[in-house]
Amino acid sequence: MPGPRSYLGVELARPRVGVFDFTSCEGCQLQFVNNEATLLDFLDLMELVNFREAMTEQAGDYDIALVEGSISRADEVTRLEKIRTQAKILVALGSCACFGGVNQLKNRFNDLKWVKKEVYGNFPIATQKVRPISDFVTVDFMLYGCPPRKEEIEKVVTNLVVGKKITMPKYPVCMECKANENICLFGLGEPCLGPITRAGCDAWCPNNRRGCWGCRGPAEAANVRELEAIMARHGFSREIIIDRLECFGGFAGQVAELRRQSEHPRKARSTGQA
Amino acid sequence: MKPSRTIAINHLTRVEGHGNIRIRIKNGTVEEARWEVVETPRFFEAMLVGKLWENAPYLCGRICGICSIGHTLASIRAVENAFGITPAEQTDELRLLLKHMETMQSHILHLYFLAAPDFLGVGSVLPLTRSHPAEVQRALRLKLLANDACDLIGGRRLHPTRTVVGGFTMLPEKAQLERLAQRLLAAQEDLAAAAELFATFTIPDFARETEFVSLKGDHCYPFIGGELVSSDGVVKQEEDYRAMTNEYCEQGFTSKLSRLSRDAFAVGALARLNNNFDHLHPAARKVARGFGLTPVNHNPFMANIAQLVECVHVAHDSLAIIKELLKRKWRPPRVPVTPKKGKGVGAVEVPRGILYHAYEFDREGRIVKADCVIPTSQNHANIHADLKALARQWAAQGKADTDIELLAQMLVRAYDPCISCSVH
Repeated sequence: MPGPRSYLGVELARPRVGVFDFTSCEGCQLQFVNNEATLLDFLDLMELVNFREAMTEQAGDYDIALVEGSISRADEVTRLEKIRTQAKILVALGSCACFGGVNQLKNRFNDLKWVKKEVYGNFPIATQKVRPISDFVTVDFMLYGCPPRKEEIEKVVTNLVVGKKITMPKYPVCMECKANENICLFGLGEPCLGPITRAGCDAWCPNNRRGCWGCRGPAEAANVRELEAIMARHGFSREIIIDRLECFGGFAGQVAELRRQSEHPRKARSTGQA
Repeated sequence: MKPSRTIAINHLTRVEGHGNIRIRIKNGTVEEARWEVVETPRFFEAMLVGKLWENAPYLCGRICGICSIGHTLASIRAVENAFGITPAEQTDELRLLLKHMETMQSHILHLYFLAAPDFLGVGSVLPLTRSHPAEVQRALRLKLLANDACDLIGGRRLHPTRTVVGGFTMLPEKAQLERLAQRLLAAQEDLAAAAELFATFTIPDFARETEFVSLKGDHCYPFIGGELVSSDGVVKQEEDYRAMTNEYCEQGFTSKLSRLSRDAFAVGALARLNNNFDHLHPAARKVARGFGLTPVNHNPFMANIAQLVECVHVAHDSLAIIKELLKRKWRPPRVPVTPKKGKGVGAVEVPRGILYHAYEFDREGRIVKADCVIPTSQNHANIHADLKALARQWAAQGKADTDIELLAQMLVRAYDPCISCSVH
């Protein structure tokens, strides 16, 4: 296993890789050490120099930084900025890093005081509005999903190592779901965001007869209005749609628009006809 | 002149989440020994307010990246208890099998990737791939088996897809369960070899009398629901979990803490084993006895061995569950759900100890109030108390500061803390 590696006759350098985490469940990092059958070969592609959850040694410079989690406290901003200066390539790993993830659901209250009191009573606790890492630093690449697929992590890291171009699907999860010959979840009475969510997960949830909750964010030209019409035909309320759309933060703009429509139905209708 | 030293470890490695260790020794006397939790809070209990019931298991599974299955199952149980839903026996069996496989996955990850490097004098599992290739391959095999089983039953190893209130969205094929049974049989040799490896490790000699809290097994080693028990003799019903957890906040912890009969108590594999030893599978009890691990054991470092013992138990019990499942025809995977106003609690033994989810619903099934009490938050005060006692004992013995530093880290790792979980 150890020794020089080559691709198309060109010798490959082993990039120095760091894995970092902010406000999150640290599940994305765990995905990093899943796929046990290929794990040792995968790790051999790189020199892992910083991975607090798995190793004691820590180095200050790396070629690739994989960053999990969203930003929810001032000290995290400082730490993130430092990681950016030390990394040549910074990858946002998972929905929390890409969009704020489930953590951003607390933002919907607009009143952090109430949020703090609901959980901690009068005990002082520092927190701020949850934001994705791209609000603070330049992100070179997004690895979507809650969780991201290990196969995708492997593909992206391998492509970065061998210098291959990385492309991600822009079409919706529906395409993958149909290719897998699944029964449509609407037919099974389940709400699903498959028609508007970015593919690349191989329709992970619909394959298991669970509707898509949109963890990878919008596909190109996501038509929320049409989805809402489909959902309405199957008897699903706007609340059910918003629950899914707002779950991971990838559809923040679409959710804001739907909420505006709910609050001012007449105005929204006239805007729609314009 | 007795030694003076300061140990300050920021963001302890090889644990889940962010915690610090602070020890200050002056002239051989411990002036300060602290465990600090600095993880950023996520406010899940606030996020859930106003959401429909079906959001609870889906969101709450995401409290944890290691025990997402346990969180999902505790959440589902709380919803089902609130709505008065009794799951089918088949659902109970599949949930327990899924729970077992998560336990094995998590324990193996901790034992080999997080704990073993300390005992073998290295900083991570990476150097072991060269010095101990057979052992690392064995760990990967066991972890793969457990993760594959979680995929098979829960749909996905991390943030499961098939687990819903009322049952499962779909069931595995029987032939797949048969293959899983074959792999579990083959894994017994690997587990025996794991026990042999851990028998070569020197478990630090340390004990502090501790109260242990877990589910109380009546007929079996408990994992999902039932009465709550402490080794000091407290017994409570599942719905009275608050009387068992008594959460409070303290400076230096962004997590809440718990106490019961004393200033602190412990949960986890060692607590389960101490409170329910007789319900372990005989093969697991035999392994425990081989390590001199019998109740009530007060050495927190033995939590590593208790995890190993539980791996043997869940492997055997999973085989028994599969045997039962294969005897019968599949019944429908789920029962219908009708929301109603009320409260429900779900207590589940997840890898790091007893976990509680509790929700209050309005008539439409919207969440009015949510509460989750995490195993690691229940352990924080005990880790803190252990660190103090450990620093005192070893400073008095005049141990070198590098030794104390390593042992302090090993102590925290023995609890296998899931810190981001505890600061949900």
